[in-house]
Amino acid sequence: MPARRTAPATAPGLDLGDLLADQQVRIVVCCGAGGVGKTTTAAALGLWAAEHGRKVVVLTIDPARRLAQSLGLTELDNTPRPVAGAGAEGGSLDAMMLDMKRTFDEVVEQHAAPDKAAQILANPFYQAVSSSFAGTQEYMAMEKLGQLRAEADRTGRWDLVVVDTPPSRSALDFLDAPKRLGSFLDGRFIRLLTAPAKAGGRAGLKVFSVGVQVATSTMSRLLGGQLLQDVQTFVAALDTMFGGFRERADQTYALLKAAETAFVVVATPERDALREASYFAGRLDEEGMPLAGLVVNRVQRVAAPSLSASRALAAAEQLADSDAGTTTSTTATTEGLLRLHATLAETADRQQRQVARFTAGHPGIPLVEVPAAAQDIHDLEGLREVATALTGG
Amino acid sequence: MPAPVDRPVRGAAAARAGSEDRAGHDPSKVRLHVVTGKGGTGKTTVSAALALGLSRQGKRVLLVEVEGRQGISQTFDVPPLGHTETRIVHDRSGGELWAISVDAKQSLGEYLQKFYKVGRAMGLLDKFGAVDFATTIAPGLRDVLLIGKVYEAAGRRGRGGGLAYDAVVLDAPPTGRVVRFLNVNAEVADVARVGPIHSQAESITRMVRSHTTAVHVVTLLEEMPVQETVDALAELRAADLPLGAIVVNQLRDPLLSDRDLAAVRAGRTGSLAERVTADLSSVRVRATATVVGGLLADAAEHADRLALEREQDAILAQEGRLTVRLPLLPEGTEGGGISVLADAVAEQGMI
Repeated sequence: MPARRTAPATAPGLDLGDLLADQQVRIVVCCGAGGVGKTTTAAALGLWAAEHGRKVVVLTIDPARRLAQSLGLTELDNTPRPVAGAGAEGGSLDAMMLDMKRTFDEVVEQHAAPDKAAQILANPFYQAVSSSFAGTQEYMAMEKLGQLRAEADRTGRWDLVVVDTPPSRSALDFLDAPKRLGSFLDGRFIRLLTAPAKAGGRAGLKVFSVGVQVATSTMSRLLGGQLLQDVQTFVAALDTMFGGFRERADQTYALLKAAETAFVVVATPERDALREASYFAGRLDEEGMPLAGLVVNRVQRVAAPSLSASRALAAAEQLADSDAGTTTSTTATTEGLLRLHATLAETADRQQRQVARFTAGHPGIPLVEVPAAAQDIHDLEGLREVATALTGG
Repeated sequence: MPAPVDRPVRGAAAARAGSEDRAGHDPSKVRLHVVTGKGGTGKTTVSAALALGLSRQGKRVLLVEVEGRQGISQTFDVPPLGHTETRIVHDRSGGELWAISVDAKQSLGEYLQKFYKVGRAMGLLDKFGAVDFATTIAPGLRDVLLIGKVYEAAGRRGRGGGLAYDAVVLDAPPTGRVVRFLNVNAEVADVARVGPIHSQAESITRMVRSHTTAVHVVTLLEEMPVQETVDALAELRAADLPLGAIVVNQLRDPLLSDRDLAAVRAGRTGSLAERVTADLSSVRVRATATVVGGLLADAAEHADRLALEREQDAILAQEGRLTVRLPLLPEGTEGGGISVLADAVAEQGMI
């Protein structure tokens, strides 16, 4: 039976306290599969940093209601607000919840002339895109990150931005969304849609090849003429601000690759979550983005590690046998305690095997484990406990 | 403990509403099982168990994933699935389990071919970026295509003229997105007011709202998943989508009596520790203070967790739905766990 440990022998320990204390680090991005505790991790890291002198803003995407309340986020208003009772040594903590539609509207208002902006905001296609376009949330999270970072430089209000990532279909979506939007905006499809409108409708079509005409007429049949017209109007209206969009997508991407950024991949000690984490680690590596390490949440701990699962189970069965028929309530209790211990110890072993498998595939990625809590975390005290585990006690 | 403060308290009234929801609802009539849940609650596992259980009843079943995660292939330990329906289990009862990982792009190609006989146009549309637009960017279109494939498979006729599949199980997007996913019509009909996409969206909506469809919500007995389950049920009701069961996944065996649980929770362990020490010594376990203290400490934490689970269970009970309880599998889904769960969903009347 291996002794209790914080990480498998082959993975270096991750001390996020060192990371957060490093003044060069200005952005921390928490990513991972859905349901692994990304938001809690982001909030705990933000709180710890704020209580160690840093001026922090935490951007959350979709926090659980009670966690949001504990951060003072009672409404989704897209504005960072101070978290009461957090901050020490000159540090402070602000938190905000992303409103993707409002963020998109703000981008439009900022980049287009007022009359054009009004036209875009009223377009039915824009309204659909801004609230449901696959990837809007991802794109707007990155957009907001860029804005917060810029505001930090401009006003000095913050020196660290901690960002949670959207609960995407794939944990990688937020990396791809800006590029996808960028290539869409640069692509031939946009030109196909905008050209007729720009060239003055039907006359413009003459300059198109037959291929283009087949494509547009197929689209028209598929989408219906009205939708195609909405799309064309929308795209024509956006045309003037495409440069800005594209530039910002590139800037955000560059920001994610910068030395001041650190990625923290979050997982639970389960096969699926660790597989997502594994994809993510590989992907960050490919993109040349700095991965600080892996946080494994909800790790089962046993309080009597010297007693193995199999020994406990054997003893439980022996107790059941020896007292068969005359079982007293005490031996039943002891038997139950032993069986419980066996279950917990088996779970702990299985989890360690899963983590070891990750480590074997990604040697050298530092790792920190956070013990499973009996209760959900929804107050600053709970976040402090998580932060203690994340920062090596 | 979180009382759901901002929502009307449900009790007997909800139970009555529940039976109204289920008027005419008979699990054996359901042909499309939609399985959703918060991320990490095990909706893929539950979908797999449900599909396996149905195939054991001698049915031809299609298990569908729409997010390209390859969760099905991992659960059944078969090669990665593509956009082709593949048989993964052949049951002795004659039942068959088929599976597919739906791809939006290929669905679009099939759709163009079927409705317009313009499958050839795909290459051209692709060249102009229109396919990317339709499958990743256009609002709701991707969902129309994905669920459109489910609709097509569910309604498909086999050679004998009967339905190709007796049942379809959809491993759907998580609770936060499922209503939008199923309710494609609301968005698409707004944007595409006329035309074939509009009518396709309407047919799908008819199917998902009919009594042959049931939307099941998977949860754990933890605060956040239960909160999301309650929210999702309300959203599903509001959208007129037919509710199925609440599936409580990964239930722990209490292992200790209520009295013992209460004692360890309250820290009344003085005399208990002595007796446990004696019992352990009688079976030659080295009963050091650390070991005994450790066992009791873990038991106290276990008791805390069970108490929390009971509170959450009570919140779910107010929904008045069929609640299916699945055990925590110590070995995960590896080692035949799916089979245990397939039996459990059948025994508990979910199928």
